[in-house]
Amino acid sequence: MIWDNAFAISILPDLLRGLVTTVQITVAGMAIAAVLGLAVAVFRYLRIPVLSQILGFLVYFVRGTPLLVQAFFVFYVLPEYGIAMSALVTGIIVIGVNYSAYTAEVYRSGIEGIPVGQWEASTALNLPRGRTWIRIVLPQAVRRVVPLLGNYLIQMFKDSAILSAITVYELMSVAKAIGQSEFRYIEPFTIAALLFLIVSVPCTLVLRRLETRYGTVH
Amino acid sequence: MDAIADYLPLIRQGFVTTVQVTILGAVLALVVAFALGLARLSTHRWLRWPAACIVEFLRGTSLVVQLFWLFFALPFFGLQLTALFAGVLALGLNEGAYASEVVRGSIASRPRGQTEAAIALNMTPAMRMRRILLPQSIPAMLPPMGNVMVDLLKNSSLVSLVTVADLTFNAGLIRSSTGETALIYGIILVLYFLLSLVISAIVALLERRFSPTRERRPLLTALTGRMQGVS
Repeated sequence: MIWDNAFAISILPDLLRGLVTTVQITVAGMAIAAVLGLAVAVFRYLRIPVLSQILGFLVYFVRGTPLLVQAFFVFYVLPEYGIAMSALVTGIIVIGVNYSAYTAEVYRSGIEGIPVGQWEASTALNLPRGRTWIRIVLPQAVRRVVPLLGNYLIQMFKDSAILSAITVYELMSVAKAIGQSEFRYIEPFTIAALLFLIVSVPCTLVLRRLETRYGTVH
Repeated sequence: MDAIADYLPLIRQGFVTTVQVTILGAVLALVVAFALGLARLSTHRWLRWPAACIVEFLRGTSLVVQLFWLFFALPFFGLQLTALFAGVLALGLNEGAYASEVVRGSIASRPRGQTEAAIALNMTPAMRMRRILLPQSIPAMLPPMGNVMVDLLKNSSLVSLVTVADLTFNAGLIRSSTGETALIYGIILVLYFLLSLVISAIVALLERRFSPTRERRPLLTALTGRMQGVS
Protein backbone atom coordinates (compact mmCIF):
# COMPACT_ATOMS: atom_id res chain seq x y z
CA MET A 1 0.00 0.00 0.00
CA ILE A 2 1.44 3.32 -1.03
CA TRP A 3 -0.76 5.53 1.14
CA ASP A 4 -0.34 4.94 4.89
CA ASN A 5 -3.47 6.06 6.71
CA ALA A 6 -2.09 5.80 10.24
CA PHE A 7 0.93 7.87 9.24
CA ALA A 8 -1.30 10.46 7.55
CA ILE A 9 -3.37 10.86 10.71
CA SER A 10 -0.28 11.08 12.92
CA ILE A 11 1.16 14.02 10.95
CA LEU A 12 -2.12 15.90 10.60
CA PRO A 13 -1.79 17.99 13.82
CA ASP A 14 1.66 19.25 12.77
CA LEU A 15 0.39 20.15 9.32
CA LEU A 16 -2.60 21.97 10.81
CA ARG A 17 -0.24 24.02 12.96
CA GLY A 18 1.65 24.86 9.77
CA LEU A 19 -1.62 25.88 8.17
CA VAL A 20 -2.27 28.26 11.08
CA THR A 21 1.10 29.93 10.43
CA THR A 22 0.24 30.15 6.73
CA VAL A 23 -3.04 31.88 7.58
CA GLN A 24 -1.25 34.24 9.97
CA ILE A 25 1.23 35.19 7.25
CA THR A 26 -1.63 35.80 4.84
CA VAL A 27 -3.61 37.99 7.25
CA ALA A 28 -0.59 40.04 8.37
CA GLY A 29 0.79 40.28 4.82
CA MET A 30 -2.56 41.39 3.45
CA ALA A 31 -2.86 44.04 6.17
CA ILE A 32 0.46 45.50 4.98
CA ALA A 33 -0.53 45.20 1.32
CA ALA A 34 -3.93 46.82 1.92
CA VAL A 35 -2.50 49.86 3.73
CA LEU A 36 0.73 50.32 1.77
CA GLY A 37 -1.00 49.77 -1.56
CA LEU A 38 -3.55 52.46 -0.72
CA ALA A 39 -0.80 54.90 0.26
CA VAL A 40 1.07 54.21 -3.00
CA ALA A 41 -2.08 54.59 -5.08
CA VAL A 42 -3.00 57.94 -3.46
CA PHE A 43 0.56 59.29 -3.75
CA ARG A 44 0.72 58.30 -7.38
CA TYR A 45 -2.65 59.91 -8.04
CA LEU A 46 -1.45 63.20 -6.55
CA ARG A 47 1.13 63.30 -9.37
CA ILE A 48 3.92 64.84 -7.32
CA PRO A 49 6.80 65.23 -9.81
CA VAL A 50 9.71 62.76 -9.40
CA LEU A 51 8.15 61.00 -6.37
CA SER A 52 5.29 59.80 -8.52
CA GLN A 53 7.65 58.51 -11.21
CA ILE A 54 9.89 56.78 -8.67
CA LEU A 55 6.90 55.09 -7.06
CA GLY A 56 5.65 54.09 -10.50
CA PHE A 57 8.96 52.49 -11.38
CA LEU A 58 9.19 50.69 -8.03
CA VAL A 59 5.71 49.25 -8.49
CA TYR A 60 6.64 48.14 -11.99
CA PHE A 61 9.93 46.63 -10.81
CA VAL A 62 8.37 44.70 -7.94
CA ARG A 63 5.72 43.35 -10.31
CA GLY A 64 8.37 42.30 -12.81
CA THR A 65 10.58 40.28 -10.46
CA PRO A 66 9.98 36.99 -8.62
CA LEU A 67 8.76 36.99 -5.02
CA LEU A 68 11.24 34.22 -4.23
CA VAL A 69 14.24 36.29 -5.29
CA GLN A 70 12.91 39.35 -3.45
CA ALA A 71 12.57 37.19 -0.34
CA PHE A 72 16.15 35.89 -0.68
CA PHE A 73 17.42 39.42 -1.24
CA VAL A 74 15.79 40.83 1.90
CA PHE A 75 16.45 37.74 3.99
CA TYR A 76 20.19 37.64 3.25
CA VAL A 77 20.95 41.34 2.79
CA LEU A 78 19.23 42.93 5.79
CA PRO A 79 21.34 41.06 8.40
CA GLU A 80 24.47 42.46 6.69
CA TYR A 81 23.23 45.91 7.65
CA GLY A 82 22.59 44.82 11.21
CA ILE A 83 18.83 44.47 10.85
CA ALA A 84 17.98 41.12 12.37
CA MET A 85 14.41 39.87 12.04
CA SER A 86 12.95 36.43 12.35
CA ALA A 87 12.29 34.62 9.09
CA LEU A 88 8.57 34.89 9.78
CA VAL A 89 8.61 38.69 10.13
CA THR A 90 10.88 39.04 7.10
CA GLY A 91 8.55 36.83 5.11
CA ILE A 92 5.45 38.78 6.12
CA ILE A 93 7.07 42.10 5.20
CA VAL A 94 8.35 40.82 1.85
CA ILE A 95 5.04 39.30 0.80
CA GLY A 96 3.15 42.36 2.08
CA VAL A 97 5.32 44.80 0.17
CA ASN A 98 5.26 42.58 -2.92
CA TYR A 99 1.48 42.45 -2.94
CA SER A 100 1.15 46.18 -2.25
CA ALA A 101 2.48 46.68 -5.79
CA TYR A 102 -0.58 44.79 -6.99
CA THR A 103 -3.11 46.28 -4.57
CA ALA A 104 -1.86 49.77 -5.52
CA GLU A 105 -3.07 49.04 -9.07
CA VAL A 106 -6.37 47.78 -7.73
CA TYR A 107 -6.91 50.93 -5.67
CA ARG A 108 -5.86 53.05 -8.63
CA SER A 109 -8.58 51.47 -10.77
CA GLY A 110 -11.03 52.17 -7.95
CA ILE A 111 -9.97 55.80 -7.57
CA GLU A 112 -10.05 56.39 -11.31
CA GLY A 113 -13.52 54.88 -11.43
CA ILE A 114 -14.92 57.66 -9.24
CA PRO A 115 -17.07 59.89 -11.48
CA VAL A 116 -15.62 63.35 -12.08
CA GLY A 117 -18.86 64.78 -10.71
CA GLN A 118 -17.87 63.63 -7.23
CA TRP A 119 -14.68 65.68 -7.38
CA GLU A 120 -16.53 68.65 -8.85
CA ALA A 121 -19.24 68.49 -6.21
CA SER A 122 -16.57 68.47 -3.47
CA THR A 123 -14.96 71.53 -5.02
CA ALA A 124 -18.34 73.23 -5.29
CA LEU A 125 -19.00 72.51 -1.62
CA ASN A 126 -15.61 74.00 -0.78
CA LEU A 127 -14.42 70.79 0.89
CA PRO A 128 -10.69 70.76 1.64
CA ARG A 129 -8.63 68.26 -0.40
CA GLY A 130 -7.98 66.02 2.59
CA ARG A 131 -11.68 65.80 3.47
CA THR A 132 -12.54 65.08 -0.16
CA TRP A 133 -10.16 62.14 -0.17
CA ILE A 134 -11.10 60.72 3.20
CA ARG A 135 -14.85 61.29 3.20
CA ILE A 136 -15.80 61.18 -0.49
CA VAL A 137 -13.31 59.44 -2.75
CA LEU A 138 -11.71 56.66 -0.70
CA PRO A 139 -14.90 55.24 0.86
CA GLN A 140 -16.41 54.81 -2.59
CA ALA A 141 -13.19 53.63 -4.22
CA VAL A 142 -12.32 51.07 -1.55
CA ARG A 143 -15.81 49.60 -1.47
CA ARG A 144 -15.71 48.96 -5.18
CA VAL A 145 -12.38 47.12 -5.11
CA VAL A 146 -13.02 44.82 -2.15
CA PRO A 147 -13.74 41.77 -4.34
CA LEU A 148 -10.53 42.39 -6.31
CA LEU A 149 -8.56 42.67 -3.07
CA GLY A 150 -10.15 39.39 -2.03
CA ASN A 151 -8.67 37.73 -5.11
CA TYR A 152 -5.22 38.86 -4.03
CA LEU A 153 -5.86 37.59 -0.50
CA ILE A 154 -6.45 34.09 -1.86
CA GLN A 155 -3.47 34.43 -4.18
CA MET A 156 -1.29 35.48 -1.26
CA PHE A 157 -2.49 32.51 0.78
CA LYS A 158 -1.12 30.21 -1.90
CA ASP A 159 2.01 32.25 -2.59
CA SER A 160 2.98 32.22 1.10
CA ALA A 161 4.26 28.68 0.46
CA ILE A 162 7.16 30.33 -1.38
CA LEU A 163 8.38 31.67 1.96
CA SER A 164 9.28 28.12 2.98
CA ALA A 165 12.47 28.81 0.99
CA ILE A 166 13.63 31.36 3.58
CA THR A 167 12.93 28.91 6.43
CA VAL A 168 9.55 30.32 7.46
CA TYR A 169 7.93 27.39 9.24
CA GLU A 170 4.57 27.38 7.45
CA LEU A 171 2.52 24.54 6.00
CA MET A 172 4.90 23.70 3.15
CA SER A 173 8.01 23.73 5.37
CA VAL A 174 6.30 21.44 7.85
CA ALA A 175 5.32 19.04 5.07
CA LYS A 176 8.85 19.05 3.70
CA ALA A 177 10.42 18.55 7.12
CA ILE A 178 8.14 15.56 7.79
CA GLY A 179 9.00 14.15 4.38
CA GLN A 180 12.71 14.48 5.00
CA SER A 181 12.71 12.92 8.46
CA GLU A 182 10.30 10.06 7.71
CA PHE A 183 11.24 9.68 4.06
CA ARG A 184 7.60 9.55 3.11
CA TYR A 185 6.60 12.41 0.87
CA ILE A 186 3.22 11.30 -0.45
CA GLU A 187 1.18 11.81 2.72
CA PRO A 188 2.56 15.19 3.87
CA PHE A 189 2.50 16.79 0.41
CA THR A 190 -0.91 15.38 -0.51
CA ILE A 191 -2.42 16.54 2.77
CA ALA A 192 -0.77 19.94 2.33
CA ALA A 193 -2.32 20.22 -1.13
CA LEU A 194 -5.73 19.26 0.24
CA LEU A 195 -5.43 21.78 3.08
CA PHE A 196 -4.66 24.55 0.57
CA LEU A 197 -7.67 23.41 -1.45
CA ILE A 198 -9.99 23.22 1.56
CA VAL A 199 -9.27 26.82 2.46
CA SER A 200 -8.98 28.43 -0.97
CA VAL A 201 -11.91 26.88 -2.84
CA PRO A 202 -14.65 27.98 -0.37
CA CYS A 203 -13.03 31.44 -0.22
CA THR A 204 -13.12 31.63 -4.02
CA LEU A 205 -16.79 30.62 -4.08
CA VAL A 206 -17.71 33.25 -1.46
CA LEU A 207 -15.78 35.84 -3.42
CA ARG A 208 -17.55 34.99 -6.66
CA ARG A 209 -20.89 35.59 -4.94
CA LEU A 210 -19.58 38.90 -3.62
CA GLU A 211 -18.49 39.84 -7.13
CA THR A 212 -21.85 39.12 -8.69
CA ARG A 213 -23.53 41.07 -5.90
CA TYR A 214 -21.35 44.14 -5.82
CA GLY A 215 -19.85 44.07 -9.30
CA THR A 216 -16.23 44.80 -10.07
CA VAL A 217 -14.18 47.51 -11.65
CA HIS A 218 -11.15 46.99 -13.81
CA MET B 1 31.90 43.67 -9.42
CA ASP B 2 35.35 42.01 -9.63
CA ALA B 3 34.37 39.67 -6.86
CA ILE B 4 31.88 37.86 -9.05
CA ALA B 5 33.59 38.25 -12.44
CA ASP B 6 34.67 34.60 -12.29
CA TYR B 7 31.09 33.57 -11.80
CA LEU B 8 29.65 35.24 -14.89
CA PRO B 9 29.49 31.93 -16.82
CA LEU B 10 27.38 30.52 -13.99
CA ILE B 11 24.99 33.47 -14.26
CA ARG B 12 24.83 33.05 -18.02
CA GLN B 13 24.10 29.34 -17.63
CA GLY B 14 21.36 30.08 -15.11
CA PHE B 15 19.93 32.72 -17.42
CA VAL B 16 19.73 30.24 -20.30
CA THR B 17 18.04 27.66 -18.06
CA THR B 18 15.51 30.22 -16.83
CA VAL B 19 14.68 31.20 -20.42
CA GLN B 20 14.38 27.52 -21.38
CA VAL B 21 12.10 26.68 -18.46
CA THR B 22 9.97 29.74 -19.22
CA ILE B 23 9.60 28.94 -22.93
CA LEU B 24 8.87 25.24 -22.36
CA GLY B 25 6.47 26.13 -19.55
CA ALA B 26 4.75 28.71 -21.75
CA VAL B 27 4.25 26.24 -24.59
CA LEU B 28 2.76 23.68 -22.21
CA ALA B 29 0.66 26.36 -20.51
CA LEU B 30 -0.81 27.43 -23.87
CA VAL B 31 -1.70 23.85 -24.78
CA VAL B 32 -3.27 23.26 -21.36
CA ALA B 33 -5.06 26.63 -21.52
CA PHE B 34 -6.75 25.95 -24.85
CA ALA B 35 -7.55 22.33 -23.97
CA LEU B 36 -9.15 23.22 -20.63
CA GLY B 37 -10.63 26.53 -21.77
CA LEU B 38 -12.36 24.99 -24.81
CA ALA B 39 -13.44 21.95 -22.80
CA ARG B 40 -15.16 24.25 -20.33
CA LEU B 41 -17.09 25.86 -23.18
CA SER B 42 -18.18 22.48 -24.52
CA THR B 43 -21.84 21.54 -24.63
CA HIS B 44 -20.97 18.08 -23.30
CA ARG B 45 -21.28 17.86 -19.54
CA TRP B 46 -18.68 15.07 -19.32
CA LEU B 47 -16.12 17.38 -20.89
CA ARG B 48 -17.12 20.56 -19.06
CA TRP B 49 -17.21 19.25 -15.51
CA PRO B 50 -13.90 17.39 -15.38
CA ALA B 51 -12.22 20.42 -16.95
CA ALA B 52 -13.78 22.71 -14.35
CA CYS B 53 -12.60 20.38 -11.55
CA ILE B 54 -9.05 20.26 -12.92
CA VAL B 55 -8.92 24.06 -13.21
CA GLU B 56 -10.23 24.54 -9.68
CA PHE B 57 -7.78 22.01 -8.33
CA LEU B 58 -4.78 23.54 -10.09
CA ARG B 59 -5.77 27.07 -9.12
CA GLY B 60 -6.75 26.14 -5.59
CA THR B 61 -3.47 24.54 -4.55
CA SER B 62 -0.21 26.39 -4.46
CA LEU B 63 2.29 26.01 -7.31
CA VAL B 64 4.97 25.16 -4.73
CA VAL B 65 2.86 22.26 -3.49
CA GLN B 66 2.30 20.97 -7.01
CA LEU B 67 5.98 21.27 -7.84
CA PHE B 68 7.08 19.46 -4.67
CA TRP B 69 4.43 16.84 -5.15
CA LEU B 70 5.56 16.09 -8.71
CA PHE B 71 9.21 15.98 -7.72
CA PHE B 72 9.17 14.37 -4.27
CA ALA B 73 5.93 12.38 -4.01
CA LEU B 74 5.56 11.00 -7.53
CA PRO B 75 8.68 8.78 -7.25
CA PHE B 76 6.77 6.74 -4.64
CA PHE B 77 4.39 5.77 -7.45
CA GLY B 78 7.45 4.57 -9.37
CA LEU B 79 7.69 7.67 -11.57
CA GLN B 80 10.89 9.67 -11.08
CA LEU B 81 10.79 12.88 -13.10
CA THR B 82 13.92 14.89 -13.71
CA ALA B 83 13.90 18.19 -11.83
CA LEU B 84 13.63 20.15 -15.06
CA PHE B 85 10.72 18.08 -16.31
CA ALA B 86 8.87 18.31 -13.01
CA GLY B 87 9.43 22.07 -12.98
CA VAL B 88 8.17 22.61 -16.53
CA LEU B 89 5.20 20.31 -15.91
CA ALA B 90 4.17 22.10 -12.71
CA LEU B 91 4.59 25.54 -14.28
CA GLY B 92 2.72 24.58 -17.46
CA LEU B 93 -0.18 22.97 -15.62
CA ASN B 94 -0.54 25.69 -12.99
CA GLU B 95 -0.22 28.71 -15.27
CA GLY B 96 -2.18 26.85 -17.95
CA ALA B 97 -5.10 26.61 -15.54
CA TYR B 98 -4.99 30.38 -15.02
CA ALA B 99 -4.64 30.95 -18.76
CA SER B 100 -7.60 28.63 -19.47
CA GLU B 101 -9.78 31.17 -17.67
CA VAL B 102 -8.45 33.80 -20.06
CA VAL B 103 -9.30 31.60 -23.05
CA ARG B 104 -12.74 30.71 -21.71
CA GLY B 105 -13.56 34.26 -20.65
CA SER B 106 -12.60 35.97 -23.88
CA ILE B 107 -14.39 33.44 -26.08
CA ALA B 108 -17.49 33.51 -23.89
CA SER B 109 -17.61 37.30 -24.06
CA ARG B 110 -17.96 37.42 -27.87
CA PRO B 111 -21.27 38.99 -28.90
CA ARG B 112 -24.03 36.41 -29.03
CA GLY B 113 -24.93 37.43 -32.59
CA GLN B 114 -21.65 36.00 -33.89
CA THR B 115 -22.58 32.51 -32.71
CA GLU B 116 -26.13 32.92 -33.98
CA ALA B 117 -24.97 34.10 -37.39
CA ALA B 118 -22.57 31.16 -37.63
CA ILE B 119 -25.41 28.76 -36.79
CA ALA B 120 -27.65 30.49 -39.35
CA LEU B 121 -24.90 29.95 -41.95
CA ASN B 122 -25.00 26.24 -41.11
CA MET B 123 -21.46 26.13 -39.73
CA THR B 124 -20.51 23.16 -37.58
CA PRO B 125 -19.58 23.96 -33.96
CA ALA B 126 -15.90 23.22 -34.70
CA MET B 127 -15.93 25.49 -37.72
CA ARG B 128 -17.71 28.21 -35.76
CA MET B 129 -15.00 28.09 -33.12
CA ARG B 130 -12.10 27.96 -35.57
CA ARG B 131 -13.27 30.47 -38.16
CA ILE B 132 -15.39 32.92 -36.17
CA LEU B 133 -14.98 32.88 -32.40
CA LEU B 134 -11.27 32.13 -31.94
CA PRO B 135 -9.90 34.74 -34.37
CA GLN B 136 -12.12 37.39 -32.80
CA SER B 137 -11.08 36.44 -29.28
CA ILE B 138 -7.35 36.64 -29.79
CA PRO B 139 -7.00 40.44 -29.41
CA ALA B 140 -8.97 40.29 -26.15
CA MET B 141 -6.87 37.35 -24.94
CA LEU B 142 -3.47 38.90 -25.52
CA PRO B 143 -3.12 41.40 -22.64
CA PRO B 144 -4.23 39.01 -19.85
CA MET B 145 -2.25 36.20 -21.50
CA GLY B 146 0.81 38.44 -21.33
CA ASN B 147 0.26 38.82 -17.58
CA VAL B 148 0.10 35.04 -17.19
CA MET B 149 3.35 34.71 -19.13
CA VAL B 150 5.10 37.29 -16.91
CA ASP B 151 3.79 35.34 -13.91
CA LEU B 152 5.17 32.18 -15.45
CA LEU B 153 8.59 33.78 -15.83
CA LYS B 154 8.58 34.92 -12.21
CA ASN B 155 7.32 31.59 -10.94
CA SER B 156 10.01 29.80 -12.94
CA SER B 157 12.32 30.88 -10.10
CA LEU B 158 10.55 28.26 -7.95
CA VAL B 159 12.11 25.42 -9.94
CA SER B 160 15.34 26.30 -8.12
CA LEU B 161 13.69 24.77 -5.03
CA VAL B 162 13.75 21.35 -6.73
CA THR B 163 17.43 21.78 -7.73
CA VAL B 164 17.02 23.03 -11.31
CA ALA B 165 20.12 25.17 -11.91
CA ASP B 166 18.30 28.31 -13.04
CA LEU B 167 19.19 31.95 -12.31
CA THR B 168 17.90 31.82 -8.74
CA PHE B 169 19.63 28.51 -7.98
CA ASN B 170 22.99 29.64 -9.37
CA ALA B 171 22.67 32.98 -7.57
CA GLY B 172 22.39 30.99 -4.36
CA LEU B 173 25.58 29.08 -5.24
CA ILE B 174 27.47 32.29 -6.00
CA ARG B 175 26.18 33.90 -2.84
CA SER B 176 27.41 31.12 -0.63
CA SER B 177 30.87 31.04 -2.20
CA THR B 178 31.50 34.80 -2.52
CA GLY B 179 29.27 36.37 0.13
CA GLU B 180 28.35 39.14 -2.32
CA THR B 181 24.70 38.83 -1.42
CA ALA B 182 23.33 42.25 -2.35
CA LEU B 183 25.29 42.38 -5.61
CA ILE B 184 24.37 38.96 -6.93
CA TYR B 185 20.71 39.14 -5.99
CA GLY B 186 20.58 42.72 -7.31
CA ILE B 187 21.92 41.49 -10.65
CA ILE B 188 19.44 38.67 -11.03
CA LEU B 189 16.53 40.89 -9.96
CA VAL B 190 17.47 43.21 -12.82
CA LEU B 191 17.81 40.23 -15.20
CA TYR B 192 14.34 38.95 -14.28
CA PHE B 193 12.98 42.46 -14.70
CA LEU B 194 14.52 42.73 -18.17
CA LEU B 195 13.06 39.35 -19.13
CA SER B 196 9.61 40.46 -18.01
CA LEU B 197 10.03 43.60 -20.12
CA VAL B 198 10.88 41.39 -23.10
CA ILE B 199 7.67 39.41 -22.56
CA SER B 200 5.67 42.64 -22.36
CA ALA B 201 7.32 43.81 -25.58
CA ILE B 202 6.47 40.56 -27.38
CA VAL B 203 2.86 40.81 -26.23
CA ALA B 204 2.73 44.47 -27.34
CA LEU B 205 4.01 43.40 -30.77
CA LEU B 206 1.43 40.64 -31.02
CA GLU B 207 -1.31 43.03 -29.93
CA ARG B 208 -0.29 45.30 -32.76
CA ARG B 209 -0.28 42.42 -35.20
CA PHE B 210 -3.69 41.13 -34.14
CA SER B 211 -5.49 44.39 -33.46
CA PRO B 212 -8.72 44.37 -35.50
CA THR B 213 -8.08 47.84 -36.91
CA ARG B 214 -4.43 47.04 -37.66
CA GLU B 215 -3.53 50.39 -36.20
CA ARG B 216 0.19 50.97 -36.50
CA ARG B 217 1.04 52.49 -33.19
CA PRO B 218 4.81 52.93 -32.88
CA LEU B 219 6.11 50.10 -30.70
CA LEU B 220 7.74 52.45 -28.23
CA THR B 221 4.44 54.21 -27.57
CA ALA B 222 2.75 50.86 -27.18
CA LEU B 223 5.35 49.79 -24.63
CA THR B 224 5.43 52.99 -22.59
CA GLY B 225 1.66 53.16 -22.75
CA ARG B 226 1.63 49.68 -21.34
CA MET B 227 4.08 50.66 -18.63
CA GLN B 228 1.90 53.60 -17.60
CA GLY B 229 -1.06 51.28 -17.62
CA VAL B 230 0.68 48.77 -15.42
CA SER B 231 2.75 51.02 -13.22
